Amino acid sequence: MTTATIVPGAERALKNHVSLGQTVRNSLSMAYRGLLKIKRTPEQLVDVTLQPILFTLMFTYIFGGAIAGDALSYLPFFLPGILVQTVITTSVVTGVQLREDMDKGVFDRFRSLPIARVAPLAGALLADTVRYGIATTLTFVTGYLMGFRPEAGFGGVLAASVVVIVAAWALSWIFAFFGVIARSAGSVQGISFLVLFPLTFLSNAYVPADTMPDWLQWFVGINPVSHLVTAARGLTMGTDVTGDLFATLLGAAIVVAVFAPLTVRAYMRKA
Amino acid sequence: MNLTDSTWAIEADGLVKTFGANRAVDGVDLRVAAGTVYGVLGPNGAGKTTTISMLATLLRPDAGTGRIFGHDVVKEPQIVRQLIGVTGQYASVDETLSATENLVLFSRLLGLGRAEAKRKAAELLEEFGLTDAAKRPLKQFSGGMRRRLDLAASLIAQPPLIFLDEPTTGLDPRTRAQMWDTIRRLVSSGSTVLLTTQYLDEADQLADRIAVIDRGRVAAEGTADELKASVGSSSLQLRLAEPRDLGDAQAAIERVLGVRATASPEAGRLTAPMQDADRVTELLITLREAGIHLTELSVQKPTLDEVFLTLTGHGVESDDSDDDASAEPQLEGSRA
Ligand SMILES: Nc1ncnc2c1ncn2[C@@H]1O[C@H](COP(=O)(O)OP(=O)(O)OP(=O)(O)O)[C@@H](O)[C@H]1O
Ligand SMILES: [Mg+2]
Repeated sequence: MTTATIVPGAERALKNHVSLGQTVRNSLSMAYRGLLKIKRTPEQLVDVTLQPILFTLMFTYIFGGAIAGDALSYLPFFLPGILVQTVITTSVVTGVQLREDMDKGVFDRFRSLPIARVAPLAGALLADTVRYGIATTLTFVTGYLMGFRPEAGFGGVLAASVVVIVAAWALSWIFAFFGVIARSAGSVQGISFLVLFPLTFLSNAYVPADTMPDWLQWFVGINPVSHLVTAARGLTMGTDVTGDLFATLLGAAIVVAVFAPLTVRAYMRKA
Repeated sequence: MNLTDSTWAIEADGLVKTFGANRAVDGVDLRVAAGTVYGVLGPNGAGKTTTISMLATLLRPDAGTGRIFGHDVVKEPQIVRQLIGVTGQYASVDETLSATENLVLFSRLLGLGRAEAKRKAAELLEEFGLTDAAKRPLKQFSGGMRRRLDLAASLIAQPPLIFLDEPTTGLDPRTRAQMWDTIRRLVSSGSTVLLTTQYLDEADQLADRIAVIDRGRVAAEGTADELKASVGSSSLQLRLAEPRDLGDAQAAIERVLGVRATASPEAGRLTAPMQDADRVTELLITLREAGIHLTELSVQKPTLDEVFLTLTGHGVESDDSDDDASAEPQLEGSRA
């Protein structure tokens, strides 16, 4: 053995808690692992590459004429909507992949290492923001090629992208929770879409809410996804979005505050 | 910290883990001295992995306590994790990454800097003969290479206690011998090793002390020599032509060899521990004189099955032959 003799167990000075600094470092290392995995299995990026292009093209031409007269005038309204829909759908994959990952032997090793308990989760979720970034970029690029010219320019697009990615990251904690408690990856997908569909379709992402029945308008009004869509729309158009932006970020913070501890606790109980 | 804390690497008292109605671990006591190799020997489903999981903070015991170098596994898990390296029964490395990437990742998680982590990874790969395969994806690794990488990953932090769950199951004889060498080197550098195995000869080769566990309980505990003495250095196996001669044959063996023969689950089969192969001649003459006919006779090194038969009074597979009191071995700490 090239290594020197080992320090006996009884002679080591050790602490039973993990510092915040170590938690951040461990999470970043785990995020690095997530990025390596994306690099090694690029076929897993199909959903964040093809879906944004397909959805943007498809829905613009299907709904555009009926709702706004023609596809091009529908784009400024619709593109932020489809962006939110696409990126949030992508965050479901986080839960599914987490489930698959946790079933692998390497998680046993993570659990036996003296690292922050939350790191494998936080790292996985952090790495996935890269996926959201890809989906966001491709949606805007597709929109641009179709003639989308946002009034607020590149700065507005960038701001909208950041808000959408932050919101998707917050929501991914919900799907991560399902990922941790579910028995199989398939069931994670099932439950997640049950949450996802009402959230994204019962919003103002596709059509303005004013033609909907009152009770539905009420739900659309309180749905955080609507606030997110309105905020993203406003940011690309350069209108004032302070209220919706605040509601979105507050909603995101609440989701994280509720689901991050729930997920971590469930994860630790499994451990 | 007092003196007794530092002498024991592992102290387990009455560990229990139940899965539903199944008491997978049913009151296991272990004492492993620092700087030794301890073998946990048992058949499939005996509770070896479950015991290790509790001691390695992966599973919470339902009852009992476990201490690693004096630190409680439930109350001070984070300290315990800094003292142990775990190589699980099934590969616990990341299949999607290369060998180097795996080792760098674990090194980084353990607090090594970027350059230091790279150096450590290269050093361990070299030591475990994996340098040529360092960049290849793990999917192309053979079972033996995976096992070695797994062990390498457990050694990054140079932990004073290493758990090896069936380190050589599924390895060819040459790779197994290499693994044995590695384990011996580990111990010479000051580590304590707890390993589980299904093979008596492996425990014999490596372990200073051995616990035989069966159905979640420690059936016997002692040095390899003590265990073997209770089983005999080899075992005599007889198959009788007439199963109803079983009693007479048992009596004859007791008279000539001075040991108790155990009836195996299969009808008409007898197994007896034996120290001296010469005495077989005498026994055969006695049996012929008594008119007991044999269809088969063999002298074998004791297998795990024999150890079990002798120590617990029932075979590895059989669950019904309940004769536990009959073959109680006189070993220190035995609690069958
Ligand atoms: N997570 C679990 N849920 C339910 N039962 C379990 C679980 N883990 C183990 N068991 C059961 O507990 C018993 C002991 O299992 P364990 O894996 O500890 O045995 P083992 O000695 O390691 O066996 P092997 O040599 O096959 O690895 C078995 O009956 C097994 O079916
Ligand atoms: Mg096992």
